[in-house]
Amino acid sequence: MDDLFAARSQMALSLGFHIIYACIGMVMPFFMAVSHYRYLTSHQDVYKRLTKAWSKGVAIFFATGAVSGTMLSFELGLLWPKFMEHAGPIFGMPFSLEGTAFFIEAIALGFFLYGWGRFNPWFHWFTGVVVGLSGLASGILVVSANAWMNSPAGFDYVNGQYLNIDPIKAMFNDAWFSQALHMTLAAFAATGFAVAGLHALMILRKKNVVFHAKAFKIAAIFGAVAAILQPISGDISAKDVAQRQPAKLAAMEAHFHTEKAAPLVLGGLPDEDKKEVNYAIKIPGMLSFLAHGNFEQEVTGLDQIPEENHPPVLVTHIAFQIMVGLGMFLMLVSFLYLLALWKKKNWLYSTWLLRLFVMAIPLGFIAIEAGWTVTEVGRQPWILNGIMRTKDAVTPMPGIAYSFYLFAAIYVSLSLVVAYLLYRQIKAVPTLYDVTPAPEPAHATH
Amino acid sequence: MLYVVITFLCLGILLYFLLGGADFGAGIIELFTHRRNIRRTRTTMYHAIGPIWEANHMWLIIAIVILFVGFPRIYATMSVYLHIPLLLLLIGIIARGTAFVFRHYDAVVDEMQVVYNNIFVYSSFLTPLFLGIIAGSVVSGHIDVQADNFLDAYVFSWLHWFSVAVGFFTVALCGFLAAIYLIGEAEEEQDRRRFIEKAKILNLVAVICGALVFVSAQVEGVPLVNWLFGNAVSFTAIVAATLSLLLLWVLLGRGQSKVLRFLAGFQVTMILVAIGYAHFPNFLLLRGGDHLSLFEAQAPASTINALGWALVLGSVLILPALFYLFYSFQKKPLHDYEV
Ligand code: HDD
Ligand code: HEM
Ligand code: HEM
Repeated sequence: MDDLFAARSQMALSLGFHIIYACIGMVMPFFMAVSHYRYLTSHQDVYKRLTKAWSKGVAIFFATGAVSGTMLSFELGLLWPKFMEHAGPIFGMPFSLEGTAFFIEAIALGFFLYGWGRFNPWFHWFTGVVVGLSGLASGILVVSANAWMNSPAGFDYVNGQYLNIDPIKAMFNDAWFSQALHMTLAAFAATGFAVAGLHALMILRKKNVVFHAKAFKIAAIFGAVAAILQPISGDISAKDVAQRQPAKLAAMEAHFHTEKAAPLVLGGLPDEDKKEVNYAIKIPGMLSFLAHGNFEQEVTGLDQIPEENHPPVLVTHIAFQIMVGLGMFLMLVSFLYLLALWKKKNWLYSTWLLRLFVMAIPLGFIAIEAGWTVTEVGRQPWILNGIMRTKDAVTPMPGIAYSFYLFAAIYVSLSLVVAYLLYRQIKAVPTLYDVTPAPEPAHATH
Repeated sequence: MLYVVITFLCLGILLYFLLGGADFGAGIIELFTHRRNIRRTRTTMYHAIGPIWEANHMWLIIAIVILFVGFPRIYATMSVYLHIPLLLLLIGIIARGTAFVFRHYDAVVDEMQVVYNNIFVYSSFLTPLFLGIIAGSVVSGHIDVQADNFLDAYVFSWLHWFSVAVGFFTVALCGFLAAIYLIGEAEEEQDRRRFIEKAKILNLVAVICGALVFVSAQVEGVPLVNWLFGNAVSFTAIVAATLSLLLLWVLLGRGQSKVLRFLAGFQVTMILVAIGYAHFPNFLLLRGGDHLSLFEAQAPASTINALGWALVLGSVLILPALFYLFYSFQKKPLHDYEV
């Protein structure tokens, strides 16, 4: 494994790991806040127990998110020192504001986790909301830093020099809004479906049904609303990419040849040597419409882009198909659920709907990983789009492969432990969080 | 604005040493606690650091972000030449942070606790060790940007007697800080005694390690004596640190945990001030007398301004909340409430 490839793999692994914890850490506090609010207004004890059960999970995820994030702030330098030397001062603004957001989040979490019965209940509730809001702010800020790598702004690049730096302009680059919106929705959709699915599983097993039904409803509503908005925001992102990164769009769509009324390629295996896509379904004119809002417009293909600037087509295309496919599936399930809530109450606890949710447990997170693969691999060979190449940014230290193996081992074992802990949390619900199950309501068992 | 940024950088490093250090120290004490007492030590410790431990470690992130935004060349150079100890530090941080949380939030208490405990105590020892090694390497002048082979460039930049001695010195200081801090948290006289005992031992160890730092500086050609005694500010700081040490020994038996905490914190602060002042504004000393200074390696003015404002605004939001957090959980022991 050469050093560049090892560094890229390590970065991808660390971010891929962090993103899962970060998403859960930024979304779960909102679920808790809703449940906590229900408890404070209705005084139903089940909501208090639910809030506590969730908050244990959040503490585990938060800590894992925090340490993996700490690792990332070092890894940016350990792996890409040349990039950070130039980029640090330009895209550092969101990171420094993010520091504030993290700090507030950590403080608020201290209040929230240890504050039961200690403060005014509404102050205590509010600290939980602050955890969520500051987590959300961190997510948006760091994505704006990443957006800058896709859409560099806020400096003039003259003869290899970075002049007239404007960190504020860099932060509000062209891509930040579409990416931040899409990412935030993704976090809600993925976490909502994962949490709802886990509780659906428990309902299917007829364990502590009242408890899990309350949990399921909160998570499912958040997830469903986000998953329905997700494709709309994805369309905004795609139009944006078509403008600023035609090479990435071409790789996403495996669009090798520039043409008017370009077809949308569904599925298929791109062959990068022969420049064609096998086994694909093509919808005429659709790509022109999705990228530019017009069925006739020309869409730049890879043939117009110098060979040395081509991103890997196979990986980008497949990752994009996975994301969109899963997005469509989640949207469908969401419509069914909202329909059930609104009109078809008898579907609500039906086995098939719950099973759909159980199936969806990992899907949102798979879509997130796929989406980031599109963004990052699709930007290659650039680390800073059009300005600095990834291979020029990598650390001169040899032997990065070993550090990659080490990190891989750590992340794999950590994931196993977290999964194991979560399993034990859920198994402990009957003894810790829901000791005397209330009588089952008739509609809950079908 | 540059001075604002530098102040925050120094503050971040100092607070990480004091608060994060005491946190590591708690694990170090656990490592050296007899099995008979370990459960009680753990409980005291958890009540003391549970609510604030997350916040304690934020200072490191603040310092790192200031470095890479405000002083990118320093950050990049450190990342390249101190890659290995930084990596080991990171592994320590991740192992320790996760083990701490896992052992308290695991829904079932069984043999897994032994695994968490072991990971927790050993990483509590190794993390400050590498932190000290990194701190030692930053000032030791062993980083060689001209090196043409792997060992000189990436290993001997940090693996030498001086930085290793600084590493052990840091470990001892962390343990000492924690022992002093825990004296005030112990509820029973017998525990209090134990922590006082531990504080004394760790203080002795710290003094011995400190002596080793001087010896190794001599061996490695680090002009430590010159830094510490060659200018009035450092000299005064060292004298103040020594005086507070003596005072601390006198007061140790008599309780007054607040005074003790203040003295211990003061002592560590003075040591950092003495070293820091001696070669300010140079931050990273390189082989051959070259250095990267905070003045020369700074980012362009627009970045420094933005960073300064972000830090000021951030602290307006953070500091009151942080004080209130410390204050609230100081008032009454945690177990009077439901957690
Ligand atoms: C639950 C997760 C999820 C789902 C269901 C979708 N996405 Fe997505 N997508 C992401 C999660 C995600 C992401 C991981 O969050 C990315 C990576 C970078 C970003 O901003 O969001 C992303 C990136 C991303 C990009 C690249 C943006 C860029 O490089 O700047 C495009 C064009 C789309 N998405 C489009 C879509 C479309 C048309 C979807 C239709 C269903 C869709 N996404 C569903
Ligand atoms: C959390 C979600 C993210 C995931 C899953 C992710 C994934 C990846 C992947 C797959 C690569 C390797 C691409 C390749 O080399 O082919 C990569 C590279 C990289 N990413 Fe991301 N990324 C994420 C977010 C970010 C953010 C927020 C930043 C910075 C602010 C960032 C910075 C980088 C850098 C510096 C590289 C290395 C250079 C490169 O290959 O372009 N990433 N990431
Ligand atoms: C798209 C990518 C990313 C997103 C959405 C994201 C979001 C978040 C969120 C929401 C948290 C809070 C964790 C929690 O509440 O559990 C967090 C933690 C953290 N992230 Fe990321 N992050 C991303 C990438 C990065 C990168 C590239 C870095 C490093 C430069 C980073 C550094 C950190 C740090 C230091 C923390 C710990 C702070 C704490 O203690 O709360 N993150 N991230």
